[in-house]
Amino acid sequence: MNLTDKAQLMNEETIRRAITRIAHEILEKNQGVKDLVLIGIRRRGVPLALRLQQKIQEIEGVQVPLGALDITLYRDDLTTLDVQPVIHKTEVPFSLTKKTVVLVDDVLYTGRTVRAALDALIDIGRPQAIQLAVLIDRGHRELPIRADFVGKNVPTSKREVISVRVAEVDGEEGVSIQDMAE
Amino acid sequence: MSWRHKDLLGLRGLEKKDIELILDTAAPMKDIIGRDIKKVPTMRGKSVVCLFYEASTRTRTSFELAGKYMSADTVNIAASSSSVVKGESLIDTGKTIDAMGTDIIIIRHGASGAPHLLAKHVKARVVNAGDGAHEHPTQALLDMFTIRERKGTLQGLTVTILGDIFHSRVARSNIWGLRTMGADVRVCGPSTLLPPDIAELGVKAYTRIDEALEGADVVNVLRLQLERQQKGLFPTIREYARTFGLNQERLKRCKEDVLVLHPGPMNRGVEIADDVADADFAAIEEQVTNGVAVRMAILYLMGGTSSGIAH
Amino acid sequence: MELLIKGGRVVDPANGVDQIADIYIENGVIKAVGNSSGVSASEQVQVIDATGKLVIPGLIDIHCHLREPGGEAKETIVSGTRAAARGGFTAVCAMPNTSPVCDSQTGIEFLKARAQATGAVRVYPIGAITKGSSGQELAEMADMAACGAVAFSDDGKPVPRSDIMRLAMSYAQMVGKVIISHCEDPELAKDGAMHEGYWSTVLGLRGIPSAAEEIMVAREILLAESVGAPVHIAHVSTAGSVELIRQARQRGVDVTGEVCPHHLALTDAAVEGYDTSTKVNPPLRADKDREALKQGLKEGVLTILATDHAPHTAEEKAREYNYAPFGISGLETAWPLYWKELIETGCLTVNEMVAMLTVNPARRLGLDGGTLTVGSPADVTIIDTEREETVTLEGWQSKGRNTPYVGWTLRSWPVATIVGGQVVMTNRQLVQG
Repeated sequence: MNLTDKAQLMNEETIRRAITRIAHEILEKNQGVKDLVLIGIRRRGVPLALRLQQKIQEIEGVQVPLGALDITLYRDDLTTLDVQPVIHKTEVPFSLTKKTVVLVDDVLYTGRTVRAALDALIDIGRPQAIQLAVLIDRGHRELPIRADFVGKNVPTSKREVISVRVAEVDGEEGVSIQDMAE
Repeated sequence: MSWRHKDLLGLRGLEKKDIELILDTAAPMKDIIGRDIKKVPTMRGKSVVCLFYEASTRTRTSFELAGKYMSADTVNIAASSSSVVKGESLIDTGKTIDAMGTDIIIIRHGASGAPHLLAKHVKARVVNAGDGAHEHPTQALLDMFTIRERKGTLQGLTVTILGDIFHSRVARSNIWGLRTMGADVRVCGPSTLLPPDIAELGVKAYTRIDEALEGADVVNVLRLQLERQQKGLFPTIREYARTFGLNQERLKRCKEDVLVLHPGPMNRGVEIADDVADADFAAIEEQVTNGVAVRMAILYLMGGTSSGIAH
Repeated sequence: MELLIKGGRVVDPANGVDQIADIYIENGVIKAVGNSSGVSASEQVQVIDATGKLVIPGLIDIHCHLREPGGEAKETIVSGTRAAARGGFTAVCAMPNTSPVCDSQTGIEFLKARAQATGAVRVYPIGAITKGSSGQELAEMADMAACGAVAFSDDGKPVPRSDIMRLAMSYAQMVGKVIISHCEDPELAKDGAMHEGYWSTVLGLRGIPSAAEEIMVAREILLAESVGAPVHIAHVSTAGSVELIRQARQRGVDVTGEVCPHHLALTDAAVEGYDTSTKVNPPLRADKDREALKQGLKEGVLTILATDHAPHTAEEKAREYNYAPFGISGLETAWPLYWKELIETGCLTVNEMVAMLTVNPARRLGLDGGTLTVGSPADVTIIDTEREETVTLEGWQSKGRNTPYVGWTLRSWPVATIVGGQVVMTNRQLVQG
């Protein structure tokens, strides 16, 4: 399968602006940082959550707790795979009880990853509320899930692929839309 | 990086990346054991049968809990209560379990090679939980996990395995695993309990404990089966304890930050002194926890469909 | 009934023959060996074209297990002798560890009668040394010898007591027979499943040390020497045993030894994977032992090649390695394995190897046959030394399918077996009869 870049959707600058806006929206919706925690979904949700944490600190002067969630063990397609995906650590070194959790991921698509993340979170503790922040919402939901904070809404076809690149993982910044060419 | 084997029968022949994958997967599993809700839904709808032809509380419970924490359905078959006593062959027992839709069979057997025989005749994946004096791969993996957790690495460490090497499947699996991971391995015990040509496995063999402990990073003390004495393999338990028992005085020859392991159950005062077993530098209870984590990792890695896997 | 075997390379070590020749057989007896161009081929003469083939005296196996009576699920005299015929053997010596043990005149008579009635090749009974092979009291060796026992052995187990073995050697010598000793110290070999060494350590299987065999070889040599009796050592498997036999023969002790194909073709490394068809007693040994056996054969220290054909049922072998019985079903693959290990390596000449499978065992036990001497029974084997075959269980005659050689491609196969002038196997197929 070859992927061909069709269009650049975001660059370093626009990603940074989107993060700034989402940080403001989170603070606005939750009326501050009280009981707020950020949890990134591995892999690209984690650096995005870290940026949100930094942005919120800039705005409010408070560092909210930051965690990382590996949802592999909660995936609903494991039994159909020949070879099991590698598991990484889930790092939530604080209690979730009565907290408002903002889950952070790069792309919202079918909703299955978020479904897995919700189950994983609830096995760790019982938060007061869970909100969802994503950089890109590309539609095509297969589960009744929606995001509370969205960097950019991108209408796509199922034959297209959204590629999010963040410096911490990919060594560069950008979001592009690609065609699945077979 | 992925697990590409149908079965886990031993550590001999596994590559470094295979062992690393298991150890790396075990780390997040250990966190699950520490949670209030010790369960993930990963293996819902998978069935695991523990087929134990030898009495074992510790290993069987460890596998059973590992399976339950992963949401697999686990069933135990103990040899005494099964058709084994009615003379059914291992192959027939295996085929019966297979026909019930079992995904993974965990087997403990007194005869070396029994898991290999089973694996040849069943579709289910087979995990060796100890066969005769051959291998006990999950024990060695949990030992290595424990060492790596404490020391950060296995590469370049000096590990002394102390006791009845001859009859020990734990020793053999540790030797293969540790050698693959780049550790220096020493074995030490009375000459009557060292197997022939043991040095050809890439270890140094000692009959003097002080020499075997000199500068060691880790000492893995094996359980002494007390009935070996009745078979004349060593004169008395008393002499064994005096000559090969691990105590504080002897430990001074090891590195200062020495780590002491024991697969349990211990004969306190025989192969290991009380004050050694309970010291901070011993990780004997930690090994038990790690055992569950390592077995969760193995069940997870083997939990996929077995189609497309090299047998 | 006349038979003419034309144009083969006739190798008859007893008569110093190695030449292209014809063999003319009449009434089950060899009538002539030489050029048959003068013989006008009449209608009644069956002609076998052996051009390019090896024509040798019928092979004699000094050591096999036919299992009947008592072990008919493993093998019968019918199936065992058919396996022998397929392997080029015209005569086999049957070990007495049947159920009941062949330790009396009755047992010998039974075996002879069954073999006469149902056997495809000649069967020579070996009687037990001790009653029930229990190692305690001598069996009726004189009686058994009188009715046809060709030797005495408790094979399958050792005679643990030295005093009993000493008496047995003396008594067997009195009746003109040889003791065949299964050399194994029962305590040292106890619970053993394979050779003791690197591989037993790796596989976690209890080892049988070489010393378990060598102690008993040394004992038998010393007893034979002191009694002045002959002794034959069954299935010699270790370098130490070869050395003991070499020294004893040098000082004039009447000791001989036999080698089995698996001890030449395989080593203990073959046990990896726990295939129970590699479980055999004495066990597959180390490489140095294998080399020492070859050297022993080359130097004439060991003079007999045997099979130790030990068939078992599939169920018995489909077990954990520890619980499976010892033995390899060996009659049908012996010749090509010997060819591979002894001829293709240059260890022996064809003449030497043929002698070790014919005249040497015959002379050791005082059997008819083993030669192509005019006037002797017409037991002849024809070998196609160029024929390549991959071992499969298709066409396998032994009930014992416990062979580790399936899938091996071997060269040089028996293509005809003639017993007393009757063709019992031709072109790898048994002749129904």
